[in-house]
Amino acid sequence: MKQTKLVFIFPEDTVEEPVTYNLIADYGVRVNILRASIDPGKQGRMVVELGGEEIQISQALNYLESLGVVVAPLAQKIRHLEDRCTGCTACVPHCPTRALDVDRDSWKVSFDSEKCIVCFSCLETCVYHAMSVEEQFA
Amino acid sequence: MAKTIEEINAKIRSGKVVVFTAEEIIEVVREKGIKQAAREVDVVTTGTFSPMCSSGAFFNIKQQKLKMKFGGGFATLNGVPAYAGLAAADIYVGATAIPDGDPRNGNGRPGKFRYGGAHVIEDLVAGKKVLLKSGAYGTDCYPLKAREQTIGLEDMNDAFLFNPRNCYQNYNVAVNLSDKPIYTYMGKLKPKLGNAYYCSAGQLSPLLNDPYFRTIGIGTRVFFCGAEGYVAWPGTQHNPTAPRLENGTPQTPAGTIALIGDMRQMSGEWLRAVSFTGYGVTLSVAVGVPIPIIDEDMLRSVSVTDDQLKAPVVDYSEYYPLGQGEAKLGEVTYQALKSGSIRIKDQKVPTGSFSSYALARKVAHHLKQVIEDGDFLLTQFQAPLPGAATEKEAA
Repeated sequence: MKQTKLVFIFPEDTVEEPVTYNLIADYGVRVNILRASIDPGKQGRMVVELGGEEIQISQALNYLESLGVVVAPLAQKIRHLEDRCTGCTACVPHCPTRALDVDRDSWKVSFDSEKCIVCFSCLETCVYHAMSVEEQFA
Repeated sequence: MAKTIEEINAKIRSGKVVVFTAEEIIEVVREKGIKQAAREVDVVTTGTFSPMCSSGAFFNIKQQKLKMKFGGGFATLNGVPAYAGLAAADIYVGATAIPDGDPRNGNGRPGKFRYGGAHVIEDLVAGKKVLLKSGAYGTDCYPLKAREQTIGLEDMNDAFLFNPRNCYQNYNVAVNLSDKPIYTYMGKLKPKLGNAYYCSAGQLSPLLNDPYFRTIGIGTRVFFCGAEGYVAWPGTQHNPTAPRLENGTPQTPAGTIALIGDMRQMSGEWLRAVSFTGYGVTLSVAVGVPIPIIDEDMLRSVSVTDDQLKAPVVDYSEYYPLGQGEAKLGEVTYQALKSGSIRIKDQKVPTGSFSSYALARKVAHHLKQVIEDGDFLLTQFQAPLPGAATEKEAA
């Protein structure tokens, strides 16, 4: 099974289409929505982790393309700048996946980029500018 | 077995002083008991590293050949306004000052507050130059009316931090009971008790280890952002009458101290500018206070543990800003706060802190080291803080 993190950008006229339902029901792929901002009548953006056999995923992507949905690899990556981090733990309760966590003996904050869903919560909560976002061209 | 500061200083000079941090002393007391430990231990070091908004710096700018009177005029440093209502060349930059035209809160967006007074202070301590722009009305003795120049600490006669309120003895735990996220000086609080923030080093915090100010007073020498600083005065809002637990520690924010220290001795390792989204700019400050173990009671105070220290839980959506609703939602120990979650109204609430325990520990260890090395002598304060137990003893 293959798993991949993608960004879907929906044009205005597809926002009311039950795209996620169709992906699951018609193409048998696993859709894990990591982040979504969709307003009817406006462009939508969804970050998903798509899982399934290679053939299922490629058929699902063809379907999305036919709707005019732009599919891009998750191109942003969060970085933890350890030299700026004071280990205060302000970011920890805001991290939805525990990608940011603290060892409660050493009080060192760690960051696991595998668990990160690029929700930007830490960028807003870190007062020391110890979290940064990087554009990645995959 | 009362010990005097002079006796302790003699031991520091001879290299025989016994020092522990306020965290290490807990285990020492458990092993040896109060009596024996009080005989053996001379000093316990405390530490804290935390945003402290009531901070700022006085600068005296070197005059050029053609002199200018900043006083009554204006001055900005990297666009951040300084207070210029002093003598000809003295200005004060507060940590929370921000440039005019900074994109602040507006249009539903929380401001980022990327640069302010604290950043000016941080840049100068790091050895960087900042752009001074100033204007004056001109006098017979100070004819220059405008001055624009990049300046660093070397272009100033004096540069010292003078923080009117630091080291709060205990602090609120902030939560949000409303159904909207809010941006506060205690961070972003998620709706419906989504998270809780605290801000104290707990068992390492200076004033929680000397709850009745028996050894910390006006004139006490402290570690201050890398410099040898001093307690200049009781801090603003100093309140010795807060309700206390049996062990003497306050259950609400209580005592505070005003601190002063030379910026030229400070380092960026111990002083950091911070930006609170949706709130503003402030400065994180490292402070370490050595506590002389003058008697058994003093040792008892410094061996206090996180499970014996309690903080009030306060709603920052209504009670704090509007003074409406329940004043206190509960009381929690620092042990619970540091475990990662607390229980409020039967709900499990994840916790985070703005005070860095990792750096508080580093401050306490650093101070222990310089005392052991004979490079830091203890002081007898010149006057007690209001409400100090010593006042009663003397009476």
